[in-house]
Amino acid sequence: MLEEVVIRELRAIVGGSFFRNDPETLVTHSYDGTPMQQALPDGVIYPGSTAEVAAIMKVLNQYRIPLISRGSGTNLCGGTVPVQGGVVMVMYRMNRILDVDLDNLTATVQPGIITKEFIAHVESLGLFYPPDPSSMAISTIGGNIAECSGGLRGLKYGTTKDYVIGLEAVLASGEIIRTGGKLMKDVAGYDLTKLLVGSEGTLAVITEATLKLIPPPKYKKTMLAMYTDLYGAARTVSKIIKSQIIPATLEFMDNPTIRVVDDFAKLGLPLDMEAILLIEQDGEMEMVERDIDMIASICRSENAAKVEVAETAEHALKLMTARRSAFTALARLRPTTILEDATVPRSRIADMVLEINRIAAKYQVQICTFGHAGDGNLHPTATTDARDQEEVHRVEAAFEEIFEAAIRLGGTITGEHGVGIVKAPYLEWKVGSAGIDMMRGIKQAFDPHNLLNPGKLFAKETRKRVVIQHG
Amino acid sequence: MAKTELQSNTFQAAPLTSKTEPACSSMANTLKLSLDYDQLTNCMRCGFCLPACPTFRETGVEAESPRGRIALMKAVVDGIMEPNMQFEAQMNHCLGCRACEPACPADVKYGQLIEQAREAVEKHTVSHRWWVKLARKVAFKGVFPYQNRVRMVGGALRFYQQSGLRNFVRNAGLMNLFPAHMRDMEKILPDASDKGVIESIGTRHSADGLRIATVGLFRGCIMDILFTETNINTVRLLTAAGFDVVIPETQNCCGALHAHSGEQSDAKELAKRNIRAFRESGVDWIISNAGGCGALLVDYGHLLHDDPDWREDAAWFASRTIDISKILADQGNLPHTFGSMDEEPMTRITYQESCHLRNVMRSSDAQRKLIRRVEGAEFVELFESDRCCGSAGIYNLTQPEMAGSILDHKMEHVKKTEAHVLLTSNPGCLLQMKHGIEKHGMSDRMQAMHVVDFLYSRLNRDKINVVK
Ligand SMILES: Cc1cc2nc3c(=O)[nH]c(=O)nc-3n(C[C@H](O)[C@H](O)[C@H](O)COP(=O)(O)OP(=O)(O)OC[C@H]3O[C@@H](n4cnc5c(N)ncnc54)[C@H](O)[C@@H]3O)c2cc1C
Ligand code: SF4
Ligand code: SF4
Repeated sequence: MLEEVVIRELRAIVGGSFFRNDPETLVTHSYDGTPMQQALPDGVIYPGSTAEVAAIMKVLNQYRIPLISRGSGTNLCGGTVPVQGGVVMVMYRMNRILDVDLDNLTATVQPGIITKEFIAHVESLGLFYPPDPSSMAISTIGGNIAECSGGLRGLKYGTTKDYVIGLEAVLASGEIIRTGGKLMKDVAGYDLTKLLVGSEGTLAVITEATLKLIPPPKYKKTMLAMYTDLYGAARTVSKIIKSQIIPATLEFMDNPTIRVVDDFAKLGLPLDMEAILLIEQDGEMEMVERDIDMIASICRSENAAKVEVAETAEHALKLMTARRSAFTALARLRPTTILEDATVPRSRIADMVLEINRIAAKYQVQICTFGHAGDGNLHPTATTDARDQEEVHRVEAAFEEIFEAAIRLGGTITGEHGVGIVKAPYLEWKVGSAGIDMMRGIKQAFDPHNLLNPGKLFAKETRKRVVIQHG
Repeated sequence: MAKTELQSNTFQAAPLTSKTEPACSSMANTLKLSLDYDQLTNCMRCGFCLPACPTFRETGVEAESPRGRIALMKAVVDGIMEPNMQFEAQMNHCLGCRACEPACPADVKYGQLIEQAREAVEKHTVSHRWWVKLARKVAFKGVFPYQNRVRMVGGALRFYQQSGLRNFVRNAGLMNLFPAHMRDMEKILPDASDKGVIESIGTRHSADGLRIATVGLFRGCIMDILFTETNINTVRLLTAAGFDVVIPETQNCCGALHAHSGEQSDAKELAKRNIRAFRESGVDWIISNAGGCGALLVDYGHLLHDDPDWREDAAWFASRTIDISKILADQGNLPHTFGSMDEEPMTRITYQESCHLRNVMRSSDAQRKLIRRVEGAEFVELFESDRCCGSAGIYNLTQPEMAGSILDHKMEHVKKTEAHVLLTSNPGCLLQMKHGIEKHGMSDRMQAMHVVDFLYSRLNRDKINVVK
């Protein structure tokens, strides 16, 4: 519960209707896209400007009340669940594109703009903003920045961090900082821009971002390679990279995923295949044609049962859309879908997929795997039912072992979804205890009273590494 | 003050440890019994439905979104929240357009959830004033279930419109006693009649030429008194396309108003009477020309699925219900092109979809196919034609504010088409579009029409140029 005086001060900043603490509003800001995580905030606020954000933060800092920034709440790590109560700050009113600078090829936007709307605007001006998380129809640029989201084009074009060149942010104290700018080069001190990207709302509230734009590729081609043998598909990925071809997109789907996606999107995908790869190359026409030919021959050499190049742009778009819907389509199998985000070096994709299957069998849980194979980012996805606690425990145990395997293969516990609450107990596995101490120190410098998104990133206790029993 | 103890108010799906005591009000109990917990669990909160939802678009508030409404329902069932006035209001704010359903990859049956929620709200409502309750009771229980009474209302309305009473009321400023949105609606109501389609042209009509199938016309209630002509034109189009048409006399209101406002048992009774009427008349298809009714007709299977005596017949009825445009486009022997009206220059046409036709009956191609076959007419797509116009049954009367702002956005897009004719395929949408054209001062340039009336006016019988 917030004290009356706090509520009065907050209302005075944003106006009566933009602060709410009725039960409906609290309930509808108690969750995000993460299964089985929910906690009620004490209030919800909708600021309209940076100045308002700063004023709000000053009040909250004075009364030591936590603040959770929120875009569209589509994150999958419990990032916006207010585990320690406090005020949820919804950024949707701050949703303007402030400037598209055609001379410098940059755009400056407010954080609440929906990614897809931003991309559509940029494309209408003949420019290109590559980061395209599958949630872009609803997620916001602010959320993308705070999670450092990746997408289907990450392999060739990189992820959100590669496009954020300047930020405006409000600190826990209520002070406003500006980092970077419309500059392609800037080494004045520590790189605070990069530090804020991926900071999951724990260091500052991002109120404005300057993003780099690039010229769009002139030509593109999409193809589908289908395999009766899963290992063949995985080996193809490693071999494409090894032969120094960098496709724009290189996506992987296993059989259970193919089945549900096809049921949802009605595409006539081959249901009898163990795995398919969805590959796209873009660039100059000549290079694209050459790369696609070479990729096709690599696929065949790894015993692809069928290789199909999309004839029309619509067909290509349909295939990409199908891949984007994979996660949510999997939700049709069982009531609860837990999607994970293990990432390994690209040469170890095949080993990782085999590990996932072995672990799923060991714990007798259903895990479908798809993901951005080209950048080693796999999404093993368990379909279960939150009401069956015993099964949920088995799923958790399986995932623990999957993270363990990812790290053993030189990978990480999350490639793009962030740590939040759900991955916090495993963070130390990846960064070590000195790494955690360092990160805590940074947090302390930005947010001495632990008000910004508390309870995220750092767990009370690290999980013990599981002992793997081989054979 | 903010909590410091980590996870003090974190609740996991199971077991639940919420801050509040489990809700024990009677509405909460009814919701617990009626809401389908599987569907509530199936919602994975991915948010894909948010961009599709008109009320979310208008407000940007999570509680006004499908994901938010489902979370509210689940919170009540889980005992985290008491259903209060605001909960009621939120359930009533939903247009029921069901645009969220095709957008949902997890296949959550939102339409069923909102109906279950509204049924519980209706039973225990605290927000309705006595006169609203009385008016609903008279309308839902006293009028709609009886064909003859519906026709009497039609007669009374006709008397009002034609006896000079309307002019008197308007001139005397009596309409000012009503809220603005009611006044607006009164203005655009078409001339009612006390004679429905059967009274005008009888119950049986044979196909022109070779018979393809026998179909039954679902005449609807409002449709039959306000749009009798559209029903008559539907019969004429069907016979011209090669169908024997029967209009079973014992049919009645589809029950959509009842079902969507939470009066499930009345809806079921009406459904049974309709199923019997059409079953007995031996038709191959049941034709609907009102998207809103059609959506409930195809849902009869679900409505009666736990009634062993009716399950089979209801499933038959649901699977044989088809929209007029769809049967004409897919099976009908209509001329390849509809004629142009020689005296008219090129007509520009646009089309506003009926939500229920699109999102529940999943039909939106057939109408466009037919419209494109009209000679001397140019079809322009309406931007966001798949978005609700704000009519949504009686929504524009019960939620005038939201309906008004949705309509304003819609009319901005309509204006840009510069069309002469705006077509729809549902009476509620048609009235709303007429209202929109009037409200935005476009009546000199544009008229709204039902697809059926437009096609019939363009059916040129001399130039039969049959496809198939
Ligand atoms: C179906 C589906 C598909 C997805 N696909 C992908 C994918 O392909 N790639 C990918 O990377 N992710 C994906 N995600 C995860 C998610 O969509 C992304 O993490 C996205 O960036 C979150 O954006 P949002 O606006 O919803 O942010 P939210 O979920 O609201 O917030 C995410 C985090 O950002 C913080 N935050 C939000 N706004 C601000 C701000 N202005 N300042 C500071 N912190 C802020 C929040 O505190 C939180 O920690 C997917 C999710 C779903 C449901
Ligand atoms: S799209 Fe479906 S699963 Fe996703 S939030 Fe909406 S209703 Fe829930
Ligand atoms: S039915 Fe329409 S208004 Fe209601 S939640 Fe779904 S999309 Fe929104």
